[in-house]
Amino acid sequence: MSTQSATFPATAPASAGILLPAFTLWWREVVRFYRQRARVVGVILSPLLFWIVLGSGFGTSFRSGPGAGQQHYLDYFYPGTLVMIVLFTAIFTMMSVIEDRNEGFLLSVMVAPVPRAAIVLGKVLGGTTLATIQGLIFLVFSPLVGIHMTLASFALIALTVFLVSFALTALGFAIAWPMDSTAAFHAIINLFLIPLWLLSGALFPLSKASGWIRWIMYANPLTYGVEALRTLMYPEAPSSFSFAFSLTASILTLVLFALFMFGLAFALANRRTTKPSA
Amino acid sequence: MTTRPTALDLGPSAQPAAPPVISVRDLVHRYQDRTALNGVSFDVRPAELFGLLGPNGSGKTTLFRILSTLMVPTSGSATIAGFDAVHQPGALRRHIGVVFQAQSVDLKLTAYENLWHQGHLYGLRGSELKKRIAEILARVGLLDRRADRVETFSGGMQRRIELAKGLLHHPEVLLLDEPTTGLDPGARRDLWQYLQILRDQERVSVIVTTHLMEEAERCDRLAILNEGNLVALGTPEALTREIGGDVILLEARDPQSLADRIRAKFQVEATVMDNHVRLEIEHGHRFVPDVVEALPGEIQSLSVSKPTLEDVFIHRTGHRFWSEDAGPMPETGKKKAKKN
Repeated sequence: MSTQSATFPATAPASAGILLPAFTLWWREVVRFYRQRARVVGVILSPLLFWIVLGSGFGTSFRSGPGAGQQHYLDYFYPGTLVMIVLFTAIFTMMSVIEDRNEGFLLSVMVAPVPRAAIVLGKVLGGTTLATIQGLIFLVFSPLVGIHMTLASFALIALTVFLVSFALTALGFAIAWPMDSTAAFHAIINLFLIPLWLLSGALFPLSKASGWIRWIMYANPLTYGVEALRTLMYPEAPSSFSFAFSLTASILTLVLFALFMFGLAFALANRRTTKPSA
Repeated sequence: MTTRPTALDLGPSAQPAAPPVISVRDLVHRYQDRTALNGVSFDVRPAELFGLLGPNGSGKTTLFRILSTLMVPTSGSATIAGFDAVHQPGALRRHIGVVFQAQSVDLKLTAYENLWHQGHLYGLRGSELKKRIAEILARVGLLDRRADRVETFSGGMQRRIELAKGLLHHPEVLLLDEPTTGLDPGARRDLWQYLQILRDQERVSVIVTTHLMEEAERCDRLAILNEGNLVALGTPEALTREIGGDVILLEARDPQSLADRIRAKFQVEATVMDNHVRLEIEHGHRFVPDVVEALPGEIQSLSVSKPTLEDVFIHRTGHRFWSEDAGPMPETGKKKAKKN
């Protein structure tokens, strides 16, 4: 057997820093996902079916309100479906945070000299990359609903998808990090995340919704993501909002949402408690 | 059998004072409803194979988590390589390698990729990292499988990758949590041989948690835990020598009465455990004919054995390693409280 020198080198290198561990966690996240065929297909397939079925089913049933008025439901529902794909991918990342930490690579990360910031950065950017890619793949279907993108509008759509991905992944991280098991997480998905999506203008427009729901929808940051996508994809259709709210304003709202979520995730990851796997 | 210091470590050491590489002082940890560690203190020396032996619920897993900096204790201190686990975890982590009982490899990644990511966590990169990965894979005998996904490995091979991950950055201290779980006897032997090589050639301090006596006997020194307390500390030889004799187990129809009669007749301590009468007697082989002659027909079967670590455990705690209930204390007949 090969033998090392009798003594080890003095110590490990001074510090791993933040960038190298973050990079390695990001890279690992992406590679792992794409080696699980079932997952890759699954996060697109469910929303895709949902879109086809609901879109065709509702067809031209609804012709009220600005924006939705002139559209077939397939068209109307398209941006929301893209966000659904992003959400599903973000949920997958959240699950892996919990599972990985009880029994997985994250255990090794927690006992390595890696700053918590690197873990948050690597995981969130990794999940964001996946959600963005999966979301953008859905654009393959855009010609079917009469969307014609210019280079500029595509760039902006990509930016919006990125921001929504980032915000949702960071939100997911913030929720998942303090959790011990995936059981409680399913409750959160059903009681919080799905409603978040339901009330974002993905399924129905704000303008004709009943008063109280409309207020919730305005308060929901995801609404601005859906609206931004809708504006970029269907520039001729009027805004869903009953007041003027420019694309820029929507995107800025998304940026704030994303930053806030990341800050929350970062703060949570830095706590050290006396509970296990702090 | 290697030569290991046989003196108990209480009192001055035979070696010149090498500062301990791990120092645990009055470590207490409470979960919401119970106390897992009740003030544990011990040292681990450099280049030592140190065992943490205890049944489930003894606190060894909690202790492991605190030492590997996964958890902050309720009170007390733990220091590794001079760094405090609570206040300087970042610096401490550079000096330890950890092999968990739970799986911490990515099954979907290859052996090489797992180690590549692991290296990055310690600031290793580029050609230096490549070299180390090749070295460590060669040492655990998996160099030819570097490009295969870990999910294709057998259980023993996956354990070896875990070991490789823990050692990649050449830590001074290696912490292993029940490392032989799920391994066949051949793989267990190989692992222990490797740990001993690490100790001897690389001067690594290896800390192993275990609930298996035969593994604990292979350690240089041992800490035996029971219900959050440290009940024994020292080399296996010194601990078993404390028993001061052989262990005799007698099976009888009425163990309690037999125990009383033996006590009365021979003035020795006799306890009843698991429906057997248990005696610790020097030169047990001489005592046997005496007791059989004195109490003919009472004894259904009899066994004489050299003391084992379990006997040390019984001696110190008053009950068996795996029992749910505590037996009565020796000679006074006082019962310890039953666990619910």
